[in-house]
Amino acid sequence: MERVKAMPDNAGRFGPFGGQYVPETLIPALNELTSAYVQAKADTSFQREWMDLLKDYVGRPTPLRQAYRVTKELGFPVYLKREDLNHTGAHKINNTMGQVLLASRMGKTRIIAETGAGQHGVATATAAALFGLKAEVYMGAEDVKRQALNVYRMRLLGAQVHAVNAGTSTLKDTTNEAIRDWVTNVRDTFYVIGSVVGPHPYPMMVRDFQSVIGREARGQFRRLTGGFPTHIVAPVGGGSNSMGIFYPFRQDPVALIGVEAAGKGIDTGHHAATITKAERGILHGSLSYLLQDEDGQVQPAHSISAGLDYPGVGPEHAYFHHIGRAQYVSITDDEALRAFHHLAEWEGIIPALESAHAVAWVIKNCDALREQKARVLINLSGRGDKDVDAVLEYEGGLQ
Amino acid sequence: MTTTASIQEAFDCSRAQKRAALIPYITAGYPNLAQLEPLVHALEDGGADLIEIGIPFSDPLADGPILQKAASQALEQGVKVQQVLDAVARLKVAVPLLFLTYINLVYRRGIEEFIRDSHQAGISGLIIPDWPWNESARYQDWAYREGIALIPFAAPTSTDHHLDAIAKGHGFVYTVSVTGVTGMRTKVDAGVEPLVQRIRQHTTLPIAVGFGISTPEQARQTGMVADGVIVGSALVQALMDRPDQAPEVAERFVRTLRNAL
Repeated sequence: MERVKAMPDNAGRFGPFGGQYVPETLIPALNELTSAYVQAKADTSFQREWMDLLKDYVGRPTPLRQAYRVTKELGFPVYLKREDLNHTGAHKINNTMGQVLLASRMGKTRIIAETGAGQHGVATATAAALFGLKAEVYMGAEDVKRQALNVYRMRLLGAQVHAVNAGTSTLKDTTNEAIRDWVTNVRDTFYVIGSVVGPHPYPMMVRDFQSVIGREARGQFRRLTGGFPTHIVAPVGGGSNSMGIFYPFRQDPVALIGVEAAGKGIDTGHHAATITKAERGILHGSLSYLLQDEDGQVQPAHSISAGLDYPGVGPEHAYFHHIGRAQYVSITDDEALRAFHHLAEWEGIIPALESAHAVAWVIKNCDALREQKARVLINLSGRGDKDVDAVLEYEGGLQ
Repeated sequence: MTTTASIQEAFDCSRAQKRAALIPYITAGYPNLAQLEPLVHALEDGGADLIEIGIPFSDPLADGPILQKAASQALEQGVKVQQVLDAVARLKVAVPLLFLTYINLVYRRGIEEFIRDSHQAGISGLIIPDWPWNESARYQDWAYREGIALIPFAAPTSTDHHLDAIAKGHGFVYTVSVTGVTGMRTKVDAGVEPLVQRIRQHTTLPIAVGFGISTPEQARQTGMVADGVIVGSALVQALMDRPDQAPEVAERFVRTLRNAL
């Protein structure tokens, strides 16, 4: 297997992808952030503080266990990495604890974040509360209405939520608005980006913070089975949980499968399968793949899962696709919903709809996987409590 | 005369008249694309020295609410990059024209193709807020030879290292008056004068200041220190107030600013 080079380079490039496509006003702040992060990364006291927080506050390490009833149903061993058991219910907090710890070390007094359905907003508000910092979260006006509980959670945690009415009021517009805030208040504000997207150093930094998932999983899987999984399967929106579990396995003989949202179907135009389409473009500070029209206007994404509903994807995923290190596939809303039910009934675990996409791919490909004598590790990136209302509504209410 | 020389000539000309150059901005496709030609002529008649034409983009992260709204209304009408290029190519104007747009539209067409097509359409320079110096530097000299100045940016947060680097750029320095996005502001930031003086220690390029300049008084104050004054949101807001009389409004607006310089 070709060895994956250490990435990114000094310009923030993963091969042809990545970079820093933001206004000049922000360039000095990105340089300041890069050097603060590089110092923190090499500083054992920072690393110890972060690891202690992950252990005693977030509740890590998260378990990795064989899912015996899934194994029995599908006919090959399936293992789950339980990121749903983190404090706040998903992997998002691994990253926000790291970034907010860094912000506090840099002396920044104000934290901002973008959020789609509210998961990253809640994880950021949580970390900010722990450090006594003021958080302001940008959220699409429609989501503020639909996700009233998450809005209230953020307020309980002391954060201020700004409803964004600009553009299509989805996650991409919310991200634009957070960048506009940052460019305005750059001197005292730290922007906590929620995925492996954005200008350098964010894709690298978020990957590093989320890599705790893969490092733990690698040790746990070897202790449990004495070897590697044949496949690691994880959902991909912006791509932070998947990069977090993929990255520590990148030199190992393991197939890495990223599952995108096919929404109502790739051919319908209502999907979020950015890498499946593989058209290069630049959004929110980095060159990657992008859902766009022939002029380069960004197209809205669609998925039943709010966490996958983003028209871009992290530049390192684009690179992994480009060099063939990971394989990217897609799963429709309906397939993900069936897997949501299966995992609940088979394992007593209600998965986040994001994670249900990964489960769905494994179920869909069970014949081929069984034939290959696969040992599959699924990254169960979050719990599904947040999605229960949406699923109930989608399925036409209580019968 | 090459078109890029004309940017320099426009600044030389206003400097000879002992005033700053006036650089108004309009969004192509607002209020509609058919109005682009009469609007550009109105700006020229009103006394514009250079004219910025915005190509609308779906995600204009350097723009405030007014220019966001103009872009989304233009896109709702289905404005395409090729239509803007064609409309610009038909213009007969004496002042240099500049495109302001975002990097994805340039990248999608192909950076070289976009630069060549812009030159073909009669454009002299490109202003791309999300294409910072480190990413665009390797195209600077090539684009200049193709007749297009890639306008470098300076901001209140810029380092001396950056100001030294952009001295190798072409056209003029687009100076962002404040940290923030485009939009109307009530006064000229006190930091503008020291910022312009600081940039002058690094480059001989003309220095134009934009972001937030809305009134004749603000234009006058800015024009006392800078070589050029860029006015966008306030002009587009005036068009939004009277879209049915866009060219007349634009000409009056620009003339009032020009008289203040």
